[in-house]
Amino acid sequence: MITETATNGKKNNRLEAGVTPYAEMGYWQPDYEPKETDVLCAFRITPQPGVDAVEAAAAVAGESSTATWTVVWTDRLTAYEHYQARAYRVEPVVGNPEQFIAYIAYDIDLFEEGSIANLTSSIIGNVFGFKALKALRLEDMRIPVAYVKTFQGPPHGIVMEREYLNKFGRPLLGATVKPKLGLSAKNYGRVVYEALRGGLDFTKDDENINSQPFMRWRDRYLFCMEAVNRAEAASGEIKGHYLNVTAADMESIYERAEFAKELGSVIIMIDLTIGFTAMQSISKWARKNGTILHLHRAGHGTYTRQKSHGVSFRVLAKWCRLLGVDHIHAGTVVGKLEGDPNTTKGFYDILREDFIPANPMHGVFFDQHWCSLAPVMPVASGGIHAGQMHQLLDLLGEDVVLQFGGGTIGHPDGIAQGAEANRIALEAMVLARNEGRDFVNEGPQILEEAAKHSKALANALGIWKDISFNYASTDMPDVIATPSF
Amino acid sequence: MRLTQGTFSYLPNLTQGQIGKQVQYALDHNWPISIEYTDDPHPRNSYWEMCGLPMFDVRDAVAILADIKQAVADHPNAYVKVNAYDARLGRQTTAMSFIVGRPADEPGFRLDRTTGEDRQIKYSLHAYATDEPVGKRYR
Repeated sequence: MITETATNGKKNNRLEAGVTPYAEMGYWQPDYEPKETDVLCAFRITPQPGVDAVEAAAAVAGESSTATWTVVWTDRLTAYEHYQARAYRVEPVVGNPEQFIAYIAYDIDLFEEGSIANLTSSIIGNVFGFKALKALRLEDMRIPVAYVKTFQGPPHGIVMEREYLNKFGRPLLGATVKPKLGLSAKNYGRVVYEALRGGLDFTKDDENINSQPFMRWRDRYLFCMEAVNRAEAASGEIKGHYLNVTAADMESIYERAEFAKELGSVIIMIDLTIGFTAMQSISKWARKNGTILHLHRAGHGTYTRQKSHGVSFRVLAKWCRLLGVDHIHAGTVVGKLEGDPNTTKGFYDILREDFIPANPMHGVFFDQHWCSLAPVMPVASGGIHAGQMHQLLDLLGEDVVLQFGGGTIGHPDGIAQGAEANRIALEAMVLARNEGRDFVNEGPQILEEAAKHSKALANALGIWKDISFNYASTDMPDVIATPSF
Repeated sequence: MRLTQGTFSYLPNLTQGQIGKQVQYALDHNWPISIEYTDDPHPRNSYWEMCGLPMFDVRDAVAILADIKQAVADHPNAYVKVNAYDARLGRQTTAMSFIVGRPADEPGFRLDRTTGEDRQIKYSLHAYATDEPVGKRYR
């Protein structure tokens, strides 16, 4: 039962009272071969000056598994080696001498089956405030198949959503109702009706539209569903409005979701702010009640954006695929919000593919098998417009919802014309791509040709074609390839 | 009213040349083509009538284009669509779907409302054409 290590030349008794370096307590095992059933994490660590990188990595392993700051005799009542996380590799980050990537393995027994709340409490519960580190970021997590299979994942997934909506072979189109605040329920429904009849598939409540004094949820639902039904009659297509059911407590969330279902809505929406447990509960509800579940990642930027500290969105995307949402906002690359092209490609792969190989260029540290867990439809939203359609189709592919809020509602001729411009631009670009044209380079020309048949598109291109948001990303892969296995 | 189901309904009706290129795109991906028609265009009508089985073994876009042309000629008073099917693991669903033939006159849909309590309204979509029996619509 005595573990001895000799990393610094002296011997320590693992269970002797007092304070022992984490690396000498079994949390640093450079010879460890990860098991197929282990949860693996890649942490970006920035140790305090004077703290050895290996000791820092071991401390992260310890603080995210069994350890406390001192030796406790009650360890001796357990088979503690089984529960200790193991840092098994530490690599310097080239170009940043302060930072290291620490690889840590956790036995699957550390985690409750099918519980993202438990997984996250274990891995990110305590350790991010640890004083010995200046900063800590969870870059990626390999979820073993054995643990994947304890989750049901998205209530419907991409294939079922398409069959349900009867829409194939092109990205879906959406728009968030603007202004976010102040519209009465009737005025709000007007925006929904115009955007849907003009050609969008979906409209959306914004993340902060819940049930405020200027518009209560029940009134909004009634007017929005009138708008959805009117638009279906005008087009002969299935339409949807993401009714945000986010509320203060689970009882209210269920009440709103039930009412949305009664009114025949094909889709409901939640915000990330409701928490992992509430998300997983409403996911079960959505599967049982046949409604697509849209997630707005409200608040994620507080911990996903900075490269030195927090949790990468690629990890959050994995958690959300496991706990089960059908849609998730995942970046636009070309729009107004954060998004390096390669990093964003990594996010989209994690959401849509069944197997994602490790790829340092995309910031993906581990191979990930989903084992037929349904894929999640990524949503691209924030500062995009019809003039970028060739770039969007090229960068984001076909299984994506393209959401043009300002790019629909801000059209000078009206909301329906804004929607029509987006739909024509999209269909023209898909047609050109399928015809084998070099649609990325010929994009502007393809749009101009399509605009000959549509004044709405011509006017949209006229005002927005030169709008772009070119700022350096904060969250990019490390310049050089990080080894993977 | 123009029915806007299918991928290219917002564009001018596709020419034979344009349809041929879409068919070729499907064949290049090993997606078999099928042709379907209906005179009941309700958006939740999942089962249009099949013009034969999906053409699993036909690799010739010209031959398929001739079949599409024939199907449109055979059903002038109906909607005709071309589908491409992706049988790969993880998809196993329709990959492309677009309308290639439509009736000369499209009267569209009536929205019926049944008012209930608490301001709730039940909506129901009704294609005007379906007032007539199957086979006698869109004439």
